[in-house]
Amino acid sequence: MASALLYDRLQFATTATFHYLFPQLTMGLALLLLYLRSRALWTGDEHYQQVARFWTKIFALSFAFGVVTGIPLEFQFGTNWAKFSNFAGGVIGQTLAMEGMFAFFLESSFLGLLLFGERRFGPRVQWFAALMLFLGSWLSGYFILATNAWMQHPVAYTVADDGRLFVNSLSGLLTNPWLFWQYAHNMTAAVVTASFAMAALGALYLLSDQHVAHAKTCLRTGVVAGTIACALMIFPTGHGNAKQVFEYQPVKGAAFEGLFRTERGAGLILVGQPNMETMTVDNPLVVPRALSILVYEQLWAKVKGLDAFPRKDWPDNLPLLYYAYHIMAGLGTILVAVMALALLLLRRGRLFTTKPVLWLLMLCAPFPYIATTAGWMTTELGRQPWLVYGLLRTSEGASPLVHSGNALFTLLGFLGLYLLLGLLFLFLIAEMIRHGPLPVNHRPADHATTSSVY
Amino acid sequence: METFWYAAVTVMLAVYVVLDGFDFGVGIVYPFVARTETERRTALVSIGPVWNGNEVWLIASGGLLFFAFPKAYAAGFSGFYLALIIVLWLLIFRGLALELRSHLDHPLWRQFWDLTFAGASLSLAIVFGAALGNLIRGVPLNAEGYFFVALWTDFAPGPKPGILDWYTVLVGLTSVAILALHGANYLAMKTVGELYARATAFARLSGWITVGLTVLTVLAIPVVQPGLARNYTAHPIGYLLPVTGVLALAATLVLRRQQRDAGAFVTLSLFILAMLGSTAWGCYPNILIATSDPMNSLTIFNATAGAPGVVRHRLQLDARVHDRRLPRLLGKSPARSGIVPSRVDESLPRLAPPRRAMRHGKT
Repeated sequence: MASALLYDRLQFATTATFHYLFPQLTMGLALLLLYLRSRALWTGDEHYQQVARFWTKIFALSFAFGVVTGIPLEFQFGTNWAKFSNFAGGVIGQTLAMEGMFAFFLESSFLGLLLFGERRFGPRVQWFAALMLFLGSWLSGYFILATNAWMQHPVAYTVADDGRLFVNSLSGLLTNPWLFWQYAHNMTAAVVTASFAMAALGALYLLSDQHVAHAKTCLRTGVVAGTIACALMIFPTGHGNAKQVFEYQPVKGAAFEGLFRTERGAGLILVGQPNMETMTVDNPLVVPRALSILVYEQLWAKVKGLDAFPRKDWPDNLPLLYYAYHIMAGLGTILVAVMALALLLLRRGRLFTTKPVLWLLMLCAPFPYIATTAGWMTTELGRQPWLVYGLLRTSEGASPLVHSGNALFTLLGFLGLYLLLGLLFLFLIAEMIRHGPLPVNHRPADHATTSSVY
Repeated sequence: METFWYAAVTVMLAVYVVLDGFDFGVGIVYPFVARTETERRTALVSIGPVWNGNEVWLIASGGLLFFAFPKAYAAGFSGFYLALIIVLWLLIFRGLALELRSHLDHPLWRQFWDLTFAGASLSLAIVFGAALGNLIRGVPLNAEGYFFVALWTDFAPGPKPGILDWYTVLVGLTSVAILALHGANYLAMKTVGELYARATAFARLSGWITVGLTVLTVLAIPVVQPGLARNYTAHPIGYLLPVTGVLALAATLVLRRQQRDAGAFVTLSLFILAMLGSTAWGCYPNILIATSDPMNSLTIFNATAGAPGVVRHRLQLDARVHDRRLPRLLGKSPARSGIVPSRVDESLPRLAPPRRAMRHGKT
């Protein structure tokens, strides 16, 4: 049964990680598309509509992959985590159902309007559709994060006699104090991903001397939005998140910082390898007292280390958690620097001619994805050994009768499927980029009756 | 309140079957009626803008089931593990086929996705039909309310059933016939010329197969699940549902012959709704019927989420329940012993609601 649990966990982790590659782009793009459509509406400039139209197509492709990879998540709550669903269904069933019924309907219908209604409706309707798409996707994200926030920090529930949980206040569930910083941090990260994607494509077109006007708009939008979002990632959202981890889940904080022993004036480890035999960090590069200052704003504040907690409550894959956190934080810092440099050049009017920085922007596109994935690994690995923090251990949540042979079979199937999906996505995106942003009437004939997605 | 959610889930699922059913049906008849590239594109364009929206009903139904009856969701999804994951894979491939076919203008690319689309639609129709068959036949639920069934065992609905046995396969084939008819009706509404002619010919053929298989499926119910008749005996008004179904199917065949395409489509939709409604009427208040001990059945009362409104209602019920272990001690199911008071009806085969007092956690 232990191995079935491992496969259940790997399968959910794989599914969630792969799924989230797509929504982070669509949620971020939804904001940027709203900006482009607003700009087009205000200035009446057809150019912005054209840029928005191209990115709506990328949005649609990513959205389709997001839908297709998201359905397995909803299924797996039941198939692989039956005991968890039974235990907590009275709570998370609410937020998940709301996401499905409300936000998802909104998103799908208005995306249809944006894609199909280009000719039939004017720019005002297009702008309205972009607004609803933004609200829909960000609301969708809100309900999903409300679910996750509840698993991190359970609130607003009642325990029934048979041990199952029910919601006692829906507003309490949706205003979970944990949710605020988590949502802000996550949505800002989505904007970072989309900004880097937009700037990278602009850089690619500019470097290859294609679609120059389009490229410049992409670069300007991506760099400005990216710099703002990158800065917000670190302060206040990242900082706020870290503080609440140390407040509510101190063992998670100690684990991802690699703080084995409780210390006054704890340092911040930048680089180093946690050694689980000696309970130390090898080859550490430390900023003295920085952790105490960051968490408690005091030079000599006491920060609880792992030794302050019973071993059974430690996250079960400590080195991976430690690396995930350090990759997230390290990449976050580098991305800020890249965007700040690009913004500086943009302000001085030299960005479009500085080839090394264009190259840098182009090659940076994958890194926000890696940073975001590492961030989610930090929060989810750090939640272990709990499935619902403090209430239900992960080992108690799996389906009781699904044995390891079946779980491994489907895990392998999902791995194969996701390899195929990933290759298809890259292939289709490459095709779109190669075709570039053409005017509407340049579409191939067979697409004229419906949209290019079908 | 529980009955309301039962009805809501049933209606949403039935609407899903009607809506996604016709685009599944288009997939089933696709290789037979659409021969040239233009015809194939016409067929695909006819469902292009709607299939994704139709599928959202499945997500929403799943969400509603999770929300209203988490225990049934947990038991059902883990018990039908392999079948559900395979459904997922088929849905993903079918979605990909529809989304990606037009992205590349190459005959092999398009043939591959055509085959995927048709194959996935056909398999899904069988699996969804078989799933309905499983709900009717029942599953080996244990005392904790969980079960696990393999894809198939000995193809007999005995004490160790598989997801596929002769009965559930029969329901699966019936569902293929019905959805093929549904899809052909839809195509007939949306097309002209040779495609129209082939679609209507296919519809007439699948119409008669539908009649034959439906009769067989209904005749087999007393063999696999005699309990389904109980609600009808207790409340004969329920017979309205299957009667509506029969009339609707007859009307479909007549309208089909008269080439009244929209009428045939609407009446067949009504037939599907009525037949699913009949099944739900027979199963009520069970969500998952236990083949082992009827005490283990998951009903709308012991599988709820207990939202505040539901909880109050359950407490009212509790006040009138003596002891749910009593009937078992007497060696009778609570339904037959007739001592369980119920808002619904004493004769219904259901469990007494569990005694429940609330204690408060942190807020």
